[in-house]
Amino acid sequence: MVLAEHTGGQVSDGTHELIGKARELASALGGLTEVALLGRADLAGQLCGADVVVAVDHPALSEYLPEAYERTLLEVLAQRSPRLFLMSNGTVGLDLAAALSVRWDAPLATYVSALEIDEGAVTATAQILGGKVLVDVELPGERGIVTVLGGAFGAEAGQSSGDAEVVHLDPPAGLDAPRMSLRQVFEADRGDVDISSAEMLVSVGRGIESRDNMEIVEELADALGVPLSASRPVVDAGWLPKTRQVGQSGVRVKPRVYLALGISGAPEHLEGIRNAELIIACNTDPGAPIFGVAHYGTTVDLFDLVPELVGKVRG
Amino acid sequence: MRIVVPMKAVPDLVEEIELNEDETGIDSEYLTFVPGEWDSQALEEALLLKDAIGAEVVAVGLADDPEIDQILYTALAKGADVAVKLADASGAALSGPAGIRISDRVALLAGYLQAQPADLVISGVQSADDLEGQLPPTLAALLDLPHVSVAASVEVDGDSAIVRQEFSGGRSHELQVNMPAVIGVQSARQPPRYAPISRIKQAMQTGELTEVTVSLPATGERAVVRRMHRSETNGQAEMLTGNAGAVADQIVALLRARGLVKG
Repeated sequence: MVLAEHTGGQVSDGTHELIGKARELASALGGLTEVALLGRADLAGQLCGADVVVAVDHPALSEYLPEAYERTLLEVLAQRSPRLFLMSNGTVGLDLAAALSVRWDAPLATYVSALEIDEGAVTATAQILGGKVLVDVELPGERGIVTVLGGAFGAEAGQSSGDAEVVHLDPPAGLDAPRMSLRQVFEADRGDVDISSAEMLVSVGRGIESRDNMEIVEELADALGVPLSASRPVVDAGWLPKTRQVGQSGVRVKPRVYLALGISGAPEHLEGIRNAELIIACNTDPGAPIFGVAHYGTTVDLFDLVPELVGKVRG
Repeated sequence: MRIVVPMKAVPDLVEEIELNEDETGIDSEYLTFVPGEWDSQALEEALLLKDAIGAEVVAVGLADDPEIDQILYTALAKGADVAVKLADASGAALSGPAGIRISDRVALLAGYLQAQPADLVISGVQSADDLEGQLPPTLAALLDLPHVSVAASVEVDGDSAIVRQEFSGGRSHELQVNMPAVIGVQSARQPPRYAPISRIKQAMQTGELTEVTVSLPATGERAVVRRMHRSETNGQAEMLTGNAGAVADQIVALLRARGLVKG
């Protein structure tokens, strides 16, 4: 079973990726692909890759609300008893998967980039330590929960045409006595520069080490006449505004060239740059995951490389 | 108002990570440990609340965690009121493939919080070595408390926490949550404050780490590690060779070919 995520009436790409994988696993195990669709039963038509859509409607489910989703999903899981429950490894996955694992009493694997059936056992490859270490785990027992990294699987297999059977479940009691409520929705703030549409980005990560060092990469971005962006640690440290953050919790970018300086390539960051045409990465650690997706790489120290680049670009 | 902030150290991601010989765990012998970055964000958010409305901030770590004394003294130096180290009453050493397992960590924290409840638990949203899910929702499920993760701000209004929850692409929701509650912080409203070495030294001399023992209950089925391996990055990126000047020449040539550098 897959959790459908939707915003503004649109089912997410990640949901289709999960449905595609679920179909493959269901076929290996001899079962069906089901999708839990909360709050918007009218979107069932977008989930044509599934065999069954389990829809639950209630006003508390129209936008994502952690408590209401959790209670409803526990009811859905109890009634449908899936072998595996797949979620995207975004905010909803980070918010709910571990709680469902405790309450549904199922083993959990998070940050998963590969998921297979190996002689009847469910095995997953999880990324830890910023993607530097991969862990092959087995989910024992009769049920399990997996949160999957965006882009780990293709979306096409999840979008095949067909008519899913729609099963409506009643919302669980308890949604009418909530301990939390949604006060306001804020749309994305694009800020002064929209990095999502930039032709090229100079992007800087943890390797820049301090605020004082930001000057050298700003100079390079200026010389090239392109925006400066960053990975999360730089933004969390307050060295660049949130609108310049590339990655899952920031902005997904699609420049013709992405120059990654001192970025190790945590899975959340890589998700934000998978549509970049050309990635050039500079990191002193030859084992940095960024080199797994970059087209060109160098382990030269960025503090040596950047001044050289500035000089050569300026001619 | 009592705010509990769970804290721990994680391997420094800037350094190379070694695995043990049978590839089922991380070899921690030569690892450098640093404070969890999300924990630092969580502590900052708790201290901001203390500054705004007054609150007792309690930093909590596990006695078996590496570098935990240093982390707790730093928390005291930054403004935490109390620092607590939790130990398993059985005295057994806690360990898992990537450090102490989340389920054991959370069980100890839950035992502590049942005995000494908090109005808010403000935790880092996750930890770099999480293998079996994240701490805040696991803890909230054990304690049956409402929880919100990926928070970018936590404020208090009467008996409620007002929490901004972030989503991919920059969207966010403002939620009103009844306290007590567990919040997983992604980033604080401002960068974590700095504690000067002199103040940390002072905390080490005058600050007190309270030790509390908690009984560890049994936990359910969890994922079994078959093998760990380092991320394989060979074969993808074409590595540019030479010194900084030579590499810069090659990069500029790539940009020039795409019309991104003139001349």
